[in-house]
Amino acid sequence: MPETTPSNVAVSVRDLTVCYGPNQVLRGVSFDVEPHEIFAVIGPAQSGKSTLLKCLNRTLELIPAARSTGTVMVEGKDVRSVKDVHALRRRVGMVAPLPVGLPLSIYDNVAFAPRAAGLRKRDELDELVERCLSQAALWDEVKDRLHTLGTKLSGGQQQRLTIARALSHRPSILCLDEFSIAIDPVTTMRIEEVLRELRREMTIVLVTNLVQQARRLGDHTLFLYNGEVAEVGKNEVVFSDRPLNSKTYDYVNGIFG
Amino acid sequence: MFTETEHGKTNRRRELLARWALGFIVATMILPLVLIVGYLVVRAWPLLSWDFLFTNPTHGMRQGGIWSALLGTLYLVTLALAIAAPVGVLAAVYLNEYARENWLTRVINLAVVNLAGVPSIVHALFGLGAFVLFANMGRSILAASLTLAIMTLPVIIASTKEALSAVPQSFREACWNVGATRWQAIRGIVLPNSISGILTGVILQVSRTAGETAPIMFTGAVFYKKIAEGDPFAYSIWDQCMALSMHLFTITTQVTDAPEALPFATAVVLLGTVLLVNTTSIIFRTVLRSHKRW
Repeated sequence: MPETTPSNVAVSVRDLTVCYGPNQVLRGVSFDVEPHEIFAVIGPAQSGKSTLLKCLNRTLELIPAARSTGTVMVEGKDVRSVKDVHALRRRVGMVAPLPVGLPLSIYDNVAFAPRAAGLRKRDELDELVERCLSQAALWDEVKDRLHTLGTKLSGGQQQRLTIARALSHRPSILCLDEFSIAIDPVTTMRIEEVLRELRREMTIVLVTNLVQQARRLGDHTLFLYNGEVAEVGKNEVVFSDRPLNSKTYDYVNGIFG
Repeated sequence: MFTETEHGKTNRRRELLARWALGFIVATMILPLVLIVGYLVVRAWPLLSWDFLFTNPTHGMRQGGIWSALLGTLYLVTLALAIAAPVGVLAAVYLNEYARENWLTRVINLAVVNLAGVPSIVHALFGLGAFVLFANMGRSILAASLTLAIMTLPVIIASTKEALSAVPQSFREACWNVGATRWQAIRGIVLPNSISGILTGVILQVSRTAGETAPIMFTGAVFYKKIAEGDPFAYSIWDQCMALSMHLFTITTQVTDAPEALPFATAVVLLGTVLLVNTTSIIFRTVLRSHKRW
Protein backbone atom coordinates (compact mmCIF):
# COMPACT_ATOMS: atom_id res chain seq x y z
CA MET A 1 0.00 0.00 0.00
CA PRO A 2 1.31 3.46 -0.79
CA GLU A 3 2.23 5.61 2.19
CA THR A 4 0.91 8.84 0.73
CA THR A 5 -2.45 9.11 -0.89
CA PRO A 6 -2.55 10.07 -4.53
CA SER A 7 -4.88 12.99 -5.11
CA ASN A 8 -6.93 11.11 -7.68
CA VAL A 9 -8.38 8.90 -4.98
CA ALA A 10 -11.87 9.70 -3.70
CA VAL A 11 -11.62 7.91 -0.39
CA SER A 12 -8.54 6.47 1.20
CA VAL A 13 -8.65 4.57 4.47
CA ARG A 14 -5.52 3.42 6.31
CA ASP A 15 -5.33 1.21 9.39
CA LEU A 16 -8.77 2.21 10.56
CA THR A 17 -9.62 0.73 13.93
CA VAL A 18 -12.86 1.46 15.76
CA CYS A 19 -13.98 0.42 19.22
CA TYR A 20 -17.35 0.81 20.88
CA GLY A 21 -16.25 0.69 24.49
CA PRO A 22 -14.50 -2.65 24.87
CA ASN A 23 -15.84 -4.02 21.55
CA GLN A 24 -13.48 -3.72 18.65
CA VAL A 25 -15.59 -3.55 15.48
CA LEU A 26 -13.00 -2.55 12.87
CA ARG A 27 -9.41 -3.83 12.96
CA GLY A 28 -6.85 -2.13 10.77
CA VAL A 29 -8.99 -1.61 7.71
CA SER A 30 -7.26 -0.11 4.65
CA PHE A 31 -8.60 0.47 1.14
CA ASP A 32 -8.91 3.06 -1.62
CA VAL A 33 -11.93 4.16 -3.59
CA GLU A 34 -11.39 5.62 -7.04
CA PRO A 35 -13.40 8.60 -8.27
CA HIS A 36 -16.62 7.78 -10.14
CA GLU A 37 -16.59 4.13 -9.31
CA ILE A 38 -19.16 2.10 -7.45
CA PHE A 39 -17.33 0.59 -4.52
CA ALA A 40 -19.25 -2.22 -2.90
CA VAL A 41 -18.77 -3.39 0.69
CA ILE A 42 -20.11 -6.82 1.56
CA GLY A 43 -19.89 -8.96 4.65
CA PRO A 44 -22.07 -10.70 7.21
CA ALA A 45 -23.99 -8.81 9.89
CA GLN A 46 -21.84 -7.31 12.66
CA SER A 47 -18.78 -7.18 10.44
CA GLY A 48 -18.49 -3.40 10.78
CA LYS A 49 -19.88 -2.24 7.43
CA SER A 50 -22.10 0.51 8.81
CA THR A 51 -19.40 1.65 11.21
CA LEU A 52 -17.08 2.02 8.27
CA LEU A 53 -19.50 4.43 6.59
CA LYS A 54 -19.90 6.42 9.80
CA CYS A 55 -16.15 7.08 9.75
CA LEU A 56 -16.36 8.65 6.30
CA ASN A 57 -18.66 11.50 7.33
CA ARG A 58 -17.56 11.55 10.97
CA THR A 59 -20.97 10.70 12.35
CA LEU A 60 -19.09 8.11 14.39
CA GLU A 61 -18.17 10.82 16.86
CA LEU A 62 -21.87 11.29 17.65
CA ILE A 63 -21.85 7.85 19.25
CA PRO A 64 -20.65 8.46 22.81
CA ALA A 65 -18.57 5.32 23.40
CA ALA A 66 -16.96 5.14 19.95
CA ARG A 67 -13.18 5.60 19.54
CA SER A 68 -11.23 5.35 16.31
CA THR A 69 -7.59 5.35 15.20
CA GLY A 70 -6.05 5.37 11.73
CA THR A 71 -6.68 7.82 8.94
CA VAL A 72 -9.63 8.43 6.67
CA MET A 73 -8.93 10.70 3.71
CA VAL A 74 -11.80 12.10 1.68
CA GLU A 75 -10.65 13.75 -1.54
CA GLY A 76 -7.13 13.94 -0.21
CA LYS A 77 -8.06 15.57 3.09
CA ASP A 78 -7.81 13.84 6.46
CA VAL A 79 -11.35 14.00 7.83
CA ARG A 80 -10.01 14.44 11.35
CA SER A 81 -8.40 17.74 10.37
CA VAL A 82 -11.60 19.05 8.79
CA LYS A 83 -12.70 22.10 10.76
CA ASP A 84 -16.25 22.38 9.42
CA VAL A 85 -17.60 18.89 9.98
CA HIS A 86 -20.97 19.95 8.55
CA ALA A 87 -19.32 20.83 5.24
CA LEU A 88 -17.69 17.39 5.26
CA ARG A 89 -21.08 15.76 5.79
CA ARG A 90 -22.43 17.67 2.82
CA ARG A 91 -19.55 16.34 0.67
CA VAL A 92 -20.25 12.78 1.81
CA GLY A 93 -23.92 11.95 1.29
CA MET A 94 -25.37 9.19 3.43
CA VAL A 95 -28.43 7.01 2.89
CA ALA A 96 -29.52 4.95 5.89
CA PRO A 97 -30.77 1.33 5.73
CA LEU A 98 -34.33 2.14 6.77
CA PRO A 99 -35.84 5.06 4.90
CA VAL A 100 -36.26 8.03 7.21
CA GLY A 101 -38.72 10.51 5.80
CA LEU A 102 -38.41 13.54 8.00
CA PRO A 103 -41.79 14.67 9.32
CA LEU A 104 -41.88 17.49 6.79
CA SER A 105 -43.41 17.93 3.35
CA ILE A 106 -41.72 16.19 0.44
CA TYR A 107 -40.41 19.55 -0.71
CA ASP A 108 -39.05 20.46 2.71
CA ASN A 109 -37.44 17.04 3.08
CA VAL A 110 -35.29 17.75 0.05
CA ALA A 111 -34.83 21.45 0.81
CA PHE A 112 -33.79 20.77 4.41
CA ALA A 113 -30.07 20.36 3.77
CA PRO A 114 -29.67 23.28 1.33
CA ARG A 115 -31.55 25.50 3.77
CA ALA A 116 -29.35 24.32 6.61
CA ALA A 117 -26.39 25.25 4.44
CA GLY A 118 -27.81 28.75 3.98
CA LEU A 119 -29.63 28.60 0.65
CA ARG A 120 -32.74 30.77 0.89
CA LYS A 121 -33.67 31.80 -2.65
CA ARG A 122 -36.98 30.25 -3.55
CA ASP A 123 -36.32 29.72 -7.25
CA GLU A 124 -32.96 28.07 -6.65
CA LEU A 125 -34.53 25.79 -4.06
CA ASP A 126 -37.36 24.90 -6.44
CA GLU A 127 -34.90 23.99 -9.15
CA LEU A 128 -32.71 21.98 -6.77
CA VAL A 129 -35.67 20.05 -5.36
CA GLU A 130 -36.88 19.15 -8.84
CA ARG A 131 -33.41 18.08 -9.96
CA CYS A 132 -32.76 15.89 -6.90
CA LEU A 133 -36.17 14.24 -7.02
CA SER A 134 -35.71 13.56 -10.74
CA GLN A 135 -32.26 12.09 -10.16
CA ALA A 136 -33.74 9.83 -7.50
CA ALA A 137 -36.48 8.70 -9.95
CA LEU A 138 -39.22 10.08 -7.73
CA TRP A 139 -40.18 13.34 -9.41
CA ASP A 140 -42.89 11.96 -11.69
CA GLU A 141 -44.64 10.25 -8.80
CA VAL A 142 -44.68 13.21 -6.44
CA LYS A 143 -44.53 16.36 -8.55
CA ASP A 144 -48.23 17.08 -8.01
CA ARG A 145 -48.09 16.69 -4.23
CA LEU A 146 -44.79 18.21 -3.17
CA HIS A 147 -46.41 19.77 -0.14
CA THR A 148 -47.84 16.60 1.33
CA LEU A 149 -45.99 14.79 4.07
CA GLY A 150 -42.89 12.81 3.16
CA THR A 151 -43.72 10.31 5.89
CA LYS A 152 -46.92 9.37 4.07
CA LEU A 153 -45.03 7.96 1.08
CA SER A 154 -44.59 4.22 0.65
CA GLY A 155 -41.38 2.58 1.83
CA GLY A 156 -39.81 2.48 -1.61
CA GLN A 157 -40.75 6.08 -2.31
CA GLN A 158 -39.38 7.17 1.05
CA GLN A 159 -36.10 5.45 0.28
CA ARG A 160 -35.87 7.39 -2.98
CA LEU A 161 -36.80 10.49 -1.02
CA THR A 162 -33.83 9.92 1.29
CA ILE A 163 -31.62 9.51 -1.76
CA ALA A 164 -32.97 12.79 -3.13
CA ARG A 165 -32.23 14.37 0.26
CA ALA A 166 -28.70 12.99 0.21
CA LEU A 167 -28.24 14.45 -3.27
CA SER A 168 -29.63 17.84 -2.25
CA HIS A 169 -26.38 18.95 -0.65
CA ARG A 170 -24.41 18.12 -3.80
CA PRO A 171 -22.16 15.39 -2.42
CA SER A 172 -19.15 14.17 -4.35
CA ILE A 173 -19.31 10.84 -2.55
CA LEU A 174 -22.59 9.05 -1.95
CA CYS A 175 -22.69 6.29 0.66
CA LEU A 176 -25.61 3.91 0.78
CA ASP A 177 -26.05 1.55 3.71
CA GLU A 178 -28.13 -1.46 2.65
CA PHE A 179 -30.63 0.74 0.88
CA SER A 180 -32.68 -2.20 -0.38
CA ILE A 181 -33.35 -3.74 3.02
CA ALA A 182 -36.89 -2.39 3.31
CA ILE A 183 -38.02 -2.15 -0.28
CA ASP A 184 -39.32 -4.41 -3.01
CA PRO A 185 -37.19 -5.86 -5.82
CA VAL A 186 -38.70 -3.62 -8.50
CA THR A 187 -37.87 -0.45 -6.59
CA THR A 188 -34.44 -1.89 -5.84
CA MET A 189 -33.81 -2.30 -9.55
CA ARG A 190 -34.97 1.26 -10.21
CA ILE A 191 -32.61 2.61 -7.58
CA GLU A 192 -29.77 0.52 -8.99
CA GLU A 193 -30.48 2.17 -12.33
CA VAL A 194 -30.36 5.53 -10.59
CA LEU A 195 -26.97 4.68 -9.08
CA ARG A 196 -25.54 3.76 -12.49
CA GLU A 197 -26.61 7.19 -13.69
CA LEU A 198 -25.25 8.98 -10.65
CA ARG A 199 -21.78 7.53 -10.87
CA ARG A 200 -21.05 9.88 -13.74
CA GLU A 201 -21.30 12.73 -11.28
CA MET A 202 -20.04 11.19 -8.06
CA THR A 203 -18.33 8.30 -6.34
CA ILE A 204 -20.60 5.73 -4.78
CA VAL A 205 -19.83 3.57 -1.75
CA LEU A 206 -22.43 0.86 -1.49
CA VAL A 207 -22.75 -1.27 1.62
CA THR A 208 -24.96 -4.21 0.86
CA ASN A 209 -26.11 -7.53 2.22
CA LEU A 210 -26.96 -8.72 -1.24
CA VAL A 211 -23.89 -10.29 -2.76
CA GLN A 212 -25.50 -10.23 -6.20
CA GLN A 213 -26.10 -6.51 -5.89
CA ALA A 214 -22.40 -5.94 -5.27
CA ARG A 215 -21.59 -8.16 -8.24
CA ARG A 216 -24.07 -6.34 -10.50
CA LEU A 217 -23.15 -2.79 -9.55
CA GLY A 218 -19.64 -2.71 -8.17
CA ASP A 219 -16.34 -2.00 -9.85
CA HIS A 220 -14.41 -2.99 -6.78
CA THR A 221 -15.71 -4.95 -3.84
CA LEU A 222 -14.48 -5.07 -0.27
CA PHE A 223 -15.30 -8.17 1.72
CA LEU A 224 -15.35 -7.24 5.38
CA TYR A 225 -15.30 -10.10 7.82
CA ASN A 226 -15.16 -9.68 11.59
CA GLY A 227 -13.96 -6.10 11.28
CA GLU A 228 -11.05 -7.03 9.00
CA VAL A 229 -10.57 -6.77 5.28
CA ALA A 230 -10.86 -10.35 4.10
CA GLU A 231 -10.43 -9.26 0.52
CA VAL A 232 -10.61 -6.14 -1.59
CA GLY A 233 -10.23 -6.00 -5.33
CA LYS A 234 -11.76 -5.80 -8.75
CA ASN A 235 -15.11 -7.52 -9.07
CA GLU A 236 -13.70 -9.83 -11.74
CA VAL A 237 -11.38 -11.23 -9.09
CA VAL A 238 -13.58 -11.10 -6.00
CA PHE A 239 -16.48 -12.84 -7.72
CA SER A 240 -14.34 -15.24 -9.75
CA ASP A 241 -13.81 -18.90 -9.03
CA ARG A 242 -10.45 -18.08 -7.51
CA PRO A 243 -10.57 -15.01 -5.27
CA LEU A 244 -7.49 -14.28 -3.19
CA ASN A 245 -9.16 -15.47 -0.02
CA SER A 246 -11.01 -18.76 -0.01
CA LYS A 247 -13.45 -17.30 2.54
CA THR A 248 -14.57 -14.83 -0.10
CA TYR A 249 -15.48 -17.67 -2.43
CA ASP A 250 -17.46 -19.37 0.33
CA TYR A 251 -19.30 -16.18 1.30
CA VAL A 252 -20.08 -15.12 -2.23
CA ASN A 253 -21.38 -18.54 -3.08
CA GLY A 254 -23.39 -18.91 0.09
CA ILE A 255 -21.46 -21.82 1.56
CA PHE A 256 -20.41 -20.02 4.68
CA GLY A 257 -20.05 -21.13 8.22
CA MET B 1 -65.27 -25.46 11.48
CA PHE B 2 -64.87 -22.54 13.85
CA THR B 3 -66.40 -24.32 16.84
CA GLU B 4 -65.44 -22.70 20.10
CA THR B 5 -62.82 -24.55 22.11
CA GLU B 6 -62.60 -24.59 25.91
CA HIS B 7 -59.60 -22.30 25.64
CA GLY B 8 -61.51 -19.93 23.41
CA LYS B 9 -64.36 -19.73 25.93
CA THR B 10 -61.95 -18.93 28.76
CA ASN B 11 -60.35 -16.23 26.68
CA ARG B 12 -63.71 -14.71 25.90
CA ARG B 13 -64.73 -14.69 29.57
CA ARG B 14 -61.45 -13.08 30.55
CA GLU B 15 -61.80 -10.47 27.86
CA LEU B 16 -65.28 -9.60 29.13
CA LEU B 17 -64.09 -9.52 32.72
CA ALA B 18 -61.17 -7.24 31.86
CA ARG B 19 -63.38 -4.86 29.95
CA TRP B 20 -65.93 -4.54 32.76
CA ALA B 21 -63.38 -4.39 35.57
CA LEU B 22 -61.34 -1.67 33.89
CA GLY B 23 -64.49 0.23 32.95
CA PHE B 24 -65.69 0.06 36.54
CA ILE B 25 -62.41 1.46 37.81
CA VAL B 26 -62.63 4.38 35.40
CA ALA B 27 -66.19 5.02 36.59
CA THR B 28 -65.14 5.06 40.26
CA MET B 29 -62.52 7.64 39.31
CA ILE B 30 -64.82 9.93 37.38
CA LEU B 31 -67.86 9.70 39.65
CA PRO B 32 -66.28 11.38 42.72
CA LEU B 33 -64.90 14.12 40.48
CA VAL B 34 -68.35 14.83 39.05
CA LEU B 35 -69.89 14.70 42.53
CA ILE B 36 -67.34 17.08 44.02
CA VAL B 37 -67.61 19.62 41.23
CA GLY B 38 -71.40 19.31 41.21
CA TYR B 39 -71.61 19.73 44.99
CA LEU B 40 -69.32 22.78 44.88
CA VAL B 41 -71.36 24.45 42.15
CA VAL B 42 -74.68 23.76 43.89
CA ARG B 43 -73.45 25.13 47.22
CA ALA B 44 -71.81 28.14 45.58
CA TRP B 45 -74.75 28.94 43.35
CA PRO B 46 -76.36 31.74 45.44
CA LEU B 47 -73.17 33.82 45.29
CA LEU B 48 -71.96 33.20 41.75
CA SER B 49 -72.28 36.27 39.53
CA TRP B 50 -70.10 38.58 37.45
CA ASP B 51 -70.16 41.02 40.30
CA PHE B 52 -68.66 38.38 42.58
CA LEU B 53 -65.71 38.05 40.22
CA PHE B 54 -65.08 41.74 39.76
CA THR B 55 -65.50 43.25 43.23
CA ASN B 56 -63.11 43.24 46.15
CA PRO B 57 -63.96 41.42 49.36
CA THR B 58 -65.59 43.70 51.93
CA HIS B 59 -66.66 43.62 55.56
CA GLY B 60 -63.71 41.62 56.79
CA MET B 61 -64.12 39.31 53.79
CA ARG B 62 -67.62 38.35 54.84
CA GLN B 63 -69.18 40.07 51.85
CA GLY B 64 -68.24 41.34 48.40
CA GLY B 65 -66.42 39.42 45.72
CA ILE B 66 -62.98 37.96 45.16
CA TRP B 67 -61.52 40.27 42.51
CA SER B 68 -58.22 40.98 44.23
CA ALA B 69 -57.63 37.28 44.90
CA LEU B 70 -58.59 36.22 41.40
CA LEU B 71 -56.32 38.80 39.79
CA GLY B 72 -53.52 37.92 42.22
CA THR B 73 -53.69 34.25 41.25
CA LEU B 74 -53.67 35.14 37.56
CA TYR B 75 -50.57 37.30 38.10
CA LEU B 76 -48.78 34.61 40.09
CA VAL B 77 -49.56 31.77 37.66
CA THR B 78 -48.73 33.78 34.56
CA LEU B 79 -45.50 35.18 35.89
CA ALA B 80 -44.38 31.87 37.42
CA LEU B 81 -44.95 29.97 34.18
CA ALA B 82 -43.48 32.77 32.08
CA ILE B 83 -40.29 32.24 34.07
CA ALA B 84 -40.38 28.47 34.53
CA ALA B 85 -41.52 27.34 31.08
CA PRO B 86 -38.73 28.83 28.95
CA VAL B 87 -36.00 28.06 31.47
CA GLY B 88 -37.28 24.54 32.04
CA VAL B 89 -37.77 23.74 28.36
CA LEU B 90 -34.36 25.08 27.37
CA ALA B 91 -32.67 23.23 30.24
CA ALA B 92 -34.37 20.03 29.12
CA VAL B 93 -33.26 20.63 25.54
CA TYR B 94 -29.70 20.96 26.78
CA LEU B 95 -29.89 17.86 28.96
CA ASN B 96 -31.56 15.73 26.31
CA GLU B 97 -29.86 16.97 23.14
CA TYR B 98 -26.45 18.33 24.05
CA ALA B 99 -25.23 16.93 27.37
CA ARG B 100 -22.91 13.98 27.11
CA GLU B 101 -23.54 10.93 29.22
CA ASN B 102 -21.15 11.42 32.14
CA TRP B 103 -21.25 11.66 35.91
CA LEU B 104 -22.10 15.37 35.89
CA THR B 105 -25.15 14.81 33.68
CA ARG B 106 -26.24 11.93 35.86
CA VAL B 107 -25.92 14.08 38.97
CA ILE B 108 -27.97 16.83 37.34
CA ASN B 109 -30.66 14.39 36.26
CA LEU B 110 -30.77 12.90 39.73
CA ALA B 111 -31.07 16.37 41.23
CA VAL B 112 -33.95 17.23 38.88
CA VAL B 113 -35.86 14.10 39.84
CA ASN B 114 -35.29 14.69 43.54
CA LEU B 115 -36.19 18.37 43.37
CA ALA B 116 -39.52 17.40 41.83
CA GLY B 117 -40.26 15.52 45.03
CA VAL B 118 -39.39 18.30 47.48
CA PRO B 119 -42.45 19.41 49.51
CA SER B 120 -43.77 22.84 48.58
CA ILE B 121 -43.26 24.20 52.11
CA VAL B 122 -39.52 23.65 51.67
CA HIS B 123 -39.64 25.60 48.44
CA ALA B 124 -41.48 28.30 50.39
CA LEU B 125 -38.66 28.58 52.91
CA PHE B 126 -36.11 28.65 50.11
CA GLY B 127 -38.07 31.42 48.40
CA LEU B 128 -38.26 33.38 51.62
CA GLY B 129 -34.53 33.13 52.15
CA ALA B 130 -33.36 33.54 48.56
CA PHE B 131 -35.78 36.01 46.98
CA VAL B 132 -37.51 37.89 49.78
CA LEU B 133 -34.50 38.35 52.06
CA PHE B 134 -31.24 37.72 50.18
CA ALA B 135 -32.23 39.23 46.83
CA ASN B 136 -34.06 41.92 48.78
CA MET B 137 -37.22 41.70 46.69
CA GLY B 138 -39.35 41.86 49.78
CA ARG B 139 -42.64 40.03 49.93
CA SER B 140 -43.95 40.63 46.44
CA ILE B 141 -45.62 39.04 43.43
CA LEU B 142 -42.18 38.72 41.84
CA ALA B 143 -40.71 36.84 44.81
CA ALA B 144 -43.76 34.58 45.06
CA SER B 145 -43.75 33.86 41.33
CA LEU B 146 -40.06 33.04 41.39
CA THR B 147 -40.68 30.63 44.26
CA LEU B 148 -43.51 28.97 42.32
CA ALA B 149 -41.27 28.87 39.26
CA ILE B 150 -38.50 27.11 41.18
CA MET B 151 -41.07 24.64 42.43
CA THR B 152 -42.39 23.81 38.95
CA LEU B 153 -39.03 23.84 37.14
CA PRO B 154 -37.97 20.25 37.87
CA VAL B 155 -41.33 18.89 36.79
CA ILE B 156 -41.27 20.89 33.57
CA ILE B 157 -37.71 19.75 32.88
CA ALA B 158 -38.63 16.11 33.47
CA SER B 159 -41.77 16.19 31.31
CA THR B 160 -40.03 18.12 28.52
CA LYS B 161 -37.17 15.62 28.46
CA GLU B 162 -39.74 12.87 28.16
CA ALA B 163 -41.38 14.62 25.21
CA LEU B 164 -38.03 15.24 23.50
CA SER B 165 -36.84 11.67 23.85
CA ALA B 166 -40.10 10.48 22.27
CA VAL B 167 -38.88 11.94 18.95
CA PRO B 168 -37.16 9.06 17.13
CA GLN B 169 -33.37 9.24 17.16
CA SER B 170 -33.37 8.36 13.45
CA PHE B 171 -34.78 11.83 12.67
CA ARG B 172 -31.82 13.48 14.36
CA GLU B 173 -29.38 11.18 12.59
CA ALA B 174 -31.00 11.93 9.25
CA CYS B 175 -30.49 15.65 9.91
CA TRP B 176 -26.87 15.24 10.99
CA ASN B 177 -26.17 13.09 7.94
CA VAL B 178 -27.08 15.94 5.61
CA GLY B 179 -24.77 18.33 7.42
CA ALA B 180 -27.26 19.98 9.76
CA THR B 181 -25.99 21.19 13.13
CA ARG B 182 -27.51 19.94 16.34
CA TRP B 183 -29.44 23.17 16.71
CA GLN B 184 -30.77 22.99 13.15
CA ALA B 185 -32.03 19.48 13.86
CA ILE B 186 -33.60 20.61 17.13
CA ARG B 187 -35.17 23.71 15.66
CA GLY B 188 -36.33 22.07 12.43
CA ILE B 189 -37.42 18.63 13.56
CA VAL B 190 -37.19 17.83 17.27
CA LEU B 191 -39.03 20.81 18.78
CA PRO B 192 -41.87 21.01 16.26
CA ASN B 193 -42.57 17.33 16.84
CA SER B 194 -42.44 17.40 20.62
CA ILE B 195 -44.17 20.72 21.27
CA SER B 196 -47.51 19.13 22.13
CA GLY B 197 -45.89 16.88 24.72
CA ILE B 198 -43.90 19.79 26.11
CA LEU B 199 -47.08 21.86 26.43
CA THR B 200 -48.84 19.03 28.25
CA GLY B 201 -46.16 19.13 30.92
CA VAL B 202 -46.45 22.90 31.24
CA ILE B 203 -50.26 22.83 31.32
CA LEU B 204 -50.27 20.38 34.19
CA GLN B 205 -48.22 22.85 36.16
CA VAL B 206 -50.85 25.58 35.76
CA SER B 207 -53.23 23.86 38.16
CA ARG B 208 -50.43 23.08 40.57
CA THR B 209 -49.21 26.67 40.59
CA ALA B 210 -52.71 28.03 41.03
CA GLY B 211 -53.49 25.64 43.86
CA GLU B 212 -50.35 25.88 45.97
CA THR B 213 -50.67 27.97 49.10
CA ALA B 214 -47.54 27.30 51.09
CA PRO B 215 -44.92 28.78 48.71
CA ILE B 216 -46.77 32.08 48.31
CA MET B 217 -47.81 32.46 51.93
CA PHE B 218 -44.26 33.35 53.00
CA THR B 219 -43.20 35.17 49.88
CA GLY B 220 -45.91 37.49 48.61
CA ALA B 221 -49.50 36.57 49.30
CA VAL B 222 -51.42 38.51 51.90
CA PHE B 223 -54.52 38.10 53.97
CA TYR B 224 -56.30 41.12 52.54
CA LYS B 225 -55.61 43.72 49.91
CA LYS B 226 -57.85 46.22 48.21
CA ILE B 227 -57.20 47.02 44.54
CA ALA B 228 -58.91 48.93 41.76
CA GLU B 229 -61.93 46.88 40.74
CA GLY B 230 -62.07 45.63 37.17
CA ASP B 231 -58.60 46.95 36.30
CA PRO B 232 -56.47 44.05 35.04
CA PHE B 233 -53.28 46.04 35.74
CA ALA B 234 -54.16 46.81 39.34
CA TYR B 235 -51.09 44.98 40.68
CA SER B 236 -47.43 45.73 40.04
CA ILE B 237 -44.97 42.87 40.37
CA TRP B 238 -43.49 44.56 43.45
CA ASP B 239 -46.86 44.54 45.23
CA GLN B 240 -48.07 41.94 47.61
CA CYS B 241 -51.24 40.31 46.43
CA MET B 242 -54.14 38.15 47.45
CA ALA B 243 -54.48 34.70 45.92
CA LEU B 244 -57.46 32.37 45.52
CA SER B 245 -55.88 29.40 47.27
CA MET B 246 -54.80 31.48 50.25
CA HIS B 247 -58.14 33.33 50.29
CA LEU B 248 -59.96 30.02 50.47
CA PHE B 249 -57.77 28.97 53.36
CA THR B 250 -58.37 32.26 55.15
CA ILE B 251 -62.14 32.39 54.86
CA THR B 252 -62.59 28.79 55.90
CA THR B 253 -60.28 28.87 58.90
CA GLN B 254 -59.73 32.46 60.01
CA VAL B 255 -62.97 34.31 59.29
CA THR B 256 -65.89 33.38 61.45
CA ASP B 257 -69.51 33.79 60.41
CA ALA B 258 -68.74 34.17 56.71
CA PRO B 259 -71.74 33.20 54.55
CA GLU B 260 -71.74 29.49 53.87
CA ALA B 261 -71.64 29.86 50.09
CA LEU B 262 -68.51 32.06 50.14
CA PRO B 263 -65.82 29.36 50.43
CA PHE B 264 -67.67 27.24 47.90
CA ALA B 265 -67.90 30.12 45.47
CA THR B 266 -64.18 30.82 45.92
CA ALA B 267 -63.37 27.18 45.25
CA VAL B 268 -65.53 27.19 42.13
CA VAL B 269 -63.74 30.28 40.82
CA LEU B 270 -60.34 28.70 41.52
CA LEU B 271 -61.43 25.52 39.78
CA GLY B 272 -62.96 27.48 36.91
CA THR B 273 -59.80 29.53 36.41
CA VAL B 274 -57.66 26.41 36.21
CA LEU B 275 -60.13 24.70 33.90
CA LEU B 276 -60.28 27.74 31.65
CA VAL B 277 -56.50 27.97 31.34
CA ASN B 278 -56.21 24.21 30.83
CA THR B 279 -58.95 24.10 28.21
CA THR B 280 -57.38 26.92 26.25
CA SER B 281 -54.01 25.19 26.32
CA ILE B 282 -55.51 21.84 25.41
CA ILE B 283 -57.27 23.33 22.39
CA PHE B 284 -53.99 24.99 21.43
CA ARG B 285 -52.22 21.67 21.85
CA THR B 286 -54.78 19.78 19.80
CA VAL B 287 -54.27 22.23 16.98
CA LEU B 288 -50.52 21.65 17.21
CA ARG B 289 -50.91 17.91 17.45
CA SER B 290 -53.01 17.76 14.32
CA HIS B 291 -49.80 18.80 12.59
CA LYS B 292 -47.89 15.90 14.08
CA ARG B 293 -46.37 14.19 11.18
CA TRP B 294 -45.37 10.63 11.62
